[in-house]
Amino acid sequence: MTRPSQDSPALDVSGVSLRLEGKEILRDVSFAVGRGEYLSIVGPNGAGKTSLLRCIDRLLAGATGRIEVFGRPLESYRRKELAKRLSYVPQADGRVFPFTVRQFVLMGRYPYLSPFTSVDRDGRQAVDEAMELTGTGQFAGRRLDTLSGGERQRVYIAAALAQAAEILLLDEPTTFLDYRHQAEIRDVLARVKRASGLTIVCVTHDLNRAALDSDRIVALCSGRVVFSGPPHQIMRTDALERIYQTQFLLVAHPHARLPVIVPEAPREGPP
Amino acid sequence: MNKAMVVLLLLALALSVAAAAPFVPLGTLRESSDETAAKIFWNMRVPRVLMAIVAGAGLAVSGMALQAVFRNPLATPFTLGVASGASLGACVYIHLGLALRPLWIPGESWSAFAGAVLSIVLVYGLTRTRRGFSTATLLLAGVAINFFFSSLILLMQYLSDFTDTYRILRWMMGGLERGVAYRDLVTVLPLVAGGTAIVVYLTHELNLIATGDELAASRGVEVNRAKGVLFFAVSLVVGAIVAVCGPIGFVGLMAPHICRLLVGPDHRYLTPATLLFGAAFLTACDTLARTVMFPVELPVGIITSLLGGPFFLWLLLRRSAAWE
Repeated sequence: MTRPSQDSPALDVSGVSLRLEGKEILRDVSFAVGRGEYLSIVGPNGAGKTSLLRCIDRLLAGATGRIEVFGRPLESYRRKELAKRLSYVPQADGRVFPFTVRQFVLMGRYPYLSPFTSVDRDGRQAVDEAMELTGTGQFAGRRLDTLSGGERQRVYIAAALAQAAEILLLDEPTTFLDYRHQAEIRDVLARVKRASGLTIVCVTHDLNRAALDSDRIVALCSGRVVFSGPPHQIMRTDALERIYQTQFLLVAHPHARLPVIVPEAPREGPP
Repeated sequence: MNKAMVVLLLLALALSVAAAAPFVPLGTLRESSDETAAKIFWNMRVPRVLMAIVAGAGLAVSGMALQAVFRNPLATPFTLGVASGASLGACVYIHLGLALRPLWIPGESWSAFAGAVLSIVLVYGLTRTRRGFSTATLLLAGVAINFFFSSLILLMQYLSDFTDTYRILRWMMGGLERGVAYRDLVTVLPLVAGGTAIVVYLTHELNLIATGDELAASRGVEVNRAKGVLFFAVSLVVGAIVAVCGPIGFVGLMAPHICRLLVGPDHRYLTPATLLFGAAFLTACDTLARTVMFPVELPVGIITSLLGGPFFLWLLLRRSAAWE
């Protein structure tokens, strides 16, 4: 807090623990994310990845420890101020109110609105840009509940981008998408990161993508940080096997100077 | 602007219904002197139509707000037990035979408001205990609260003397025909207008909460505070209306739904459309109630429930299509 906020990292998580209904969800989690950095959070199911994201966006109360956003404690932000710093793309939710895509993306501008006003020209421009970037402009008039999973995911990202926050939190943005849509989401993230220096924190199960795309990886296991470092250090069989308790087969990527995981072939031939 | 047109059309509809309603079937009274007709017109018909407008608009906007907050198409003051909570409050007050007027508003309204707050807090608490509450949980919680409060009302009827029992029973049917006077309007209108103003003030928040609590919070909405204020507003409106008119069902269910079909779910258009449609709808139903078995006047609650029951079932059956 005494530090000038210019030098402080975008996000500084230190000693965060969380218990919910007597169950330990997070334990002494610490890491920092620099400005403009792309951090992936990986780990087995139930490791606390989603809970951690929700703590960072103050959607989940009761965590102990300290979280700072641009050098300021998380609790010191008013909700609207926080929304100008952090935006959040949750896991796909099946229950959607029948808003149109454009109405939904426009709602990303809420932190800049006051009662009885509509989104101004700058805001509409931000919305248009976000929709163009995510390729959602083509179905702007369609209802949210008529979209496919991939389309809806891109709309959620568009709304988060329209919010124009400096940090983007994503919870498994590509889990339900086919290859083409995964590639599209990846391109979108790379583009906004380049264009606006966006800081990205992404929870994912796709280790290959995490390794290839992100600057740094944090691995959680049973609520603890078990790895934190650059991608090439986690893409090793011993490191991965320790985290996931299963075997991995790694091969060199033909273009990137990184090993990637390939699926194991069946041990015997077909009967 | 397409939606603005629809809202204007609804305004025209509401105005014409309201303008025509007090005259039907005034003509049959013409054999008596014009003075009697004028008295009936100004002292009975006009306040009654005005009350139908206020109550219809208030119940409709309450249903709309509850549907957005609970993210459920079947949430209404009636299905969630808010109306029966308000009824219980008013019954307790009638039974105690008090005659207080704090802040110039009759005690019935205050106790109905308290009952509405109690049931809304109860039903919200019940649905929150199970994470990500479903339609089933919500309806069951509403049914449970309805049963519980209804049995308390029955108990009170049982303990009351014969005339009180009749009064409570008659009042529970919901209606506008028990001689609504300008005095009633003066107590109901400010509360309904105040509650509605709060809902209008929170238009953006309603839109965002309808997309989900977490998403709304991540966009900068103080979700719990907004919900609390909305619950307060809805309780105020429902309590005020129920205290005077009794529980009139299904206006809060049908009006927002039909308007959502007309102007979409954006509350910037949906709120005015719902207010107008609710006002026109209840006025029309009340006119029907007054004339369909003329000279016998039916409680308007019977008409709205006869229309609303099948509509509710239809919604329940096709709910897989809507926000599930």
